[in-house]
Amino acid sequence: MANLAWKSFKGIPLYVTLIWIALFASLLHFLDKSVLSFLGILSSIVLIYFTNTSKAIKLAIGALVLIVIIPLVAGENRYYMEVASQVGIYVAMALGLNIVVGFAGLLDLGYVAFFAAGAYAYAIFSTSQANQFVAGNLFPLSGDWFWPFLIVGLIVAAIFGVLLGLPVLRVKGDYLAIVTLGFGEIIRIVFNNLDKPINITNGPQGITPIPAPELFGIKMGTPFYFYFIVLFVIAFIVLANIRFEHSRLGRAWIAIREDELAAQSMGISLLNTKLAAFATGASFAGVVGVIFAAKQTFIDPTSFTLMESIGILVMVILGGSGSIPGVILGAAFVTLLQVQLLKEFSNFLHSLQQSGIINLPNQLDPSKFQRLVFGIMLIFVALYRPNGLIPAKRKTNDLDGIKSSRFSSGKLGILSKLTQSSSTKQS
Amino acid sequence: MAILEAVGLTKRFGGLVANQDVSIKIEKGSITAVIGPNGAGKTTFFNMITGFYEPDEGEIMLGGKSIKGLRPDQIATRGITRTFQNIRLFKQMTALENVMVGTHSRLSAGLLGILFHTKRVREEEEKARVEAYQLLEYVGIEHIANEAAGSLPYGLQRRLEIARALATNPQIILLDEPAAGMNPRETVEMTDFIRLLKKELDLTIILIEHDMKLVMGLSEYIHVLDYGRKIAEGSPEQIRNNPNVIEAYLGKSASEVS
Repeated sequence: MANLAWKSFKGIPLYVTLIWIALFASLLHFLDKSVLSFLGILSSIVLIYFTNTSKAIKLAIGALVLIVIIPLVAGENRYYMEVASQVGIYVAMALGLNIVVGFAGLLDLGYVAFFAAGAYAYAIFSTSQANQFVAGNLFPLSGDWFWPFLIVGLIVAAIFGVLLGLPVLRVKGDYLAIVTLGFGEIIRIVFNNLDKPINITNGPQGITPIPAPELFGIKMGTPFYFYFIVLFVIAFIVLANIRFEHSRLGRAWIAIREDELAAQSMGISLLNTKLAAFATGASFAGVVGVIFAAKQTFIDPTSFTLMESIGILVMVILGGSGSIPGVILGAAFVTLLQVQLLKEFSNFLHSLQQSGIINLPNQLDPSKFQRLVFGIMLIFVALYRPNGLIPAKRKTNDLDGIKSSRFSSGKLGILSKLTQSSSTKQS
Repeated sequence: MAILEAVGLTKRFGGLVANQDVSIKIEKGSITAVIGPNGAGKTTFFNMITGFYEPDEGEIMLGGKSIKGLRPDQIATRGITRTFQNIRLFKQMTALENVMVGTHSRLSAGLLGILFHTKRVREEEEKARVEAYQLLEYVGIEHIANEAAGSLPYGLQRRLEIARALATNPQIILLDEPAAGMNPRETVEMTDFIRLLKKELDLTIILIEHDMKLVMGLSEYIHVLDYGRKIAEGSPEQIRNNPNVIEAYLGKSASEVS
């Protein structure tokens, strides 16, 4: 992609976006089985992001598409809602990892451990599993407990983050990647073996049936409800990401990523700041873990392998490390590729095969090429967009706003010493 | 009154003794230079003062209290800040944000405060922004406030690094080769600017520099290191005529000639 063309790109006109949304929404409404039009409506979110209009309008259209249009035209279809909520789960996780990898620059290959912590926290206590080690036959809990457990999952994962971070964050760079990888695997193996001497996780058999969330007596077990739950959680995580990015803590994270020595000599404590990044990223994964457990109704340690961690890392890097819109796009893209595009393509080839047009050996089934496609994609991103699909950029501050601030009347910080002598400024 | 006092500092790296028994007293409100040939241990000395290296022997006192063994960030919050020999800015952040990072330890926003965007946090942020902008104005680079620090020309990066150091509200600022890579005109500007820092902001300044014109013109007191030992100290005039110093810089025969 030519850089010049990119720079002169002002944004997509508003009417194009609106037509796109209307077109694919009605297509999906009339052609119920059209996967393409479903992807079309999902990708309208990207279009909205690049539309040339004010932030408030973009936000309004985006919310309209996500909250009204998609449930309206695709809500009937279990499969679409399932895909959409799965995309959402990965978007939320990638945004959590973005804090650790994107902002603080800590390469974490064991991120899925925190996801597992959240998932197991809900799974163990919402099923009869907890009776194995808690006296008094209090369990299983009802689906109403799902909501408080979102917070419990968050806290449990954050504690895991701190406990893991304390030993791990003494090393940095490649070593950190290796150590986190090791710890991620340890957590999975511990969960796999914690069925004796006391049965806590039920080992490789996994835990089931995990109850679906319930609110005012309504059972929310279908993908339609999960779609909204995930959407709500993403909204929270995006808001948190934005606020952190431009705060004292976010600046400290980025400062550490850019230059640890300089950050320290600015008074930033490395360990505390890195721990905060680890705990924050982990807590988001914990919340998502609770949702995941409730959605699957069954979890076992095989859901939390190293490949999951790497998959989420790929989303962050592909989309643009440290860039919130980039990470959302990267996560959505990779998840869709995983769960839908390759499968669709493979189904398409199979149908051709059945009608005798081509002869496809089983080994060449596209759905088996996921890793290959990942690899090729990453190579192309590394070569042509090394900072990701939507690179991170820092917010430009409104200088006029600063000058007119009520604090501007006097000199602040060390410069307050200037006011004592009305000396002139430097040459 | 000595604001900073290093007593008998020794630092070894394996068999190499980078600093041996170095004692230096810094007067409050003075400009002191630490000079010496390449590899004399000047930056090692700075690294010990700022907590990046822990001395093997010796003691460092700031205002009468020991700061030996403290972490660099703890020392920074106690009022000693520094710039680096090879500029170390946060390249992807804007110039303004770089300076705002310097205010870090004086801000108090925590995880929850930031998450809920409380009034106190918003006010604190606004104040930090204003302060950072004023500092950019003070060093004369407010026009590039919104540019990425990594994309700035060299001279502006040096100024930005000083602005960032000032944002920590220091008592002492350590400048590691502030005029490195500058042309004569820029060096004169930098000299004037350092003098201004001392006068207007009541700072104590310690600097490492190779440009002898700058050192002799600017500093009130000079310490000379060679092979990790302190070989001389005194006023610029005394140092200029000290045979040990001439020998260290030019070799033995040169000192005999003079």
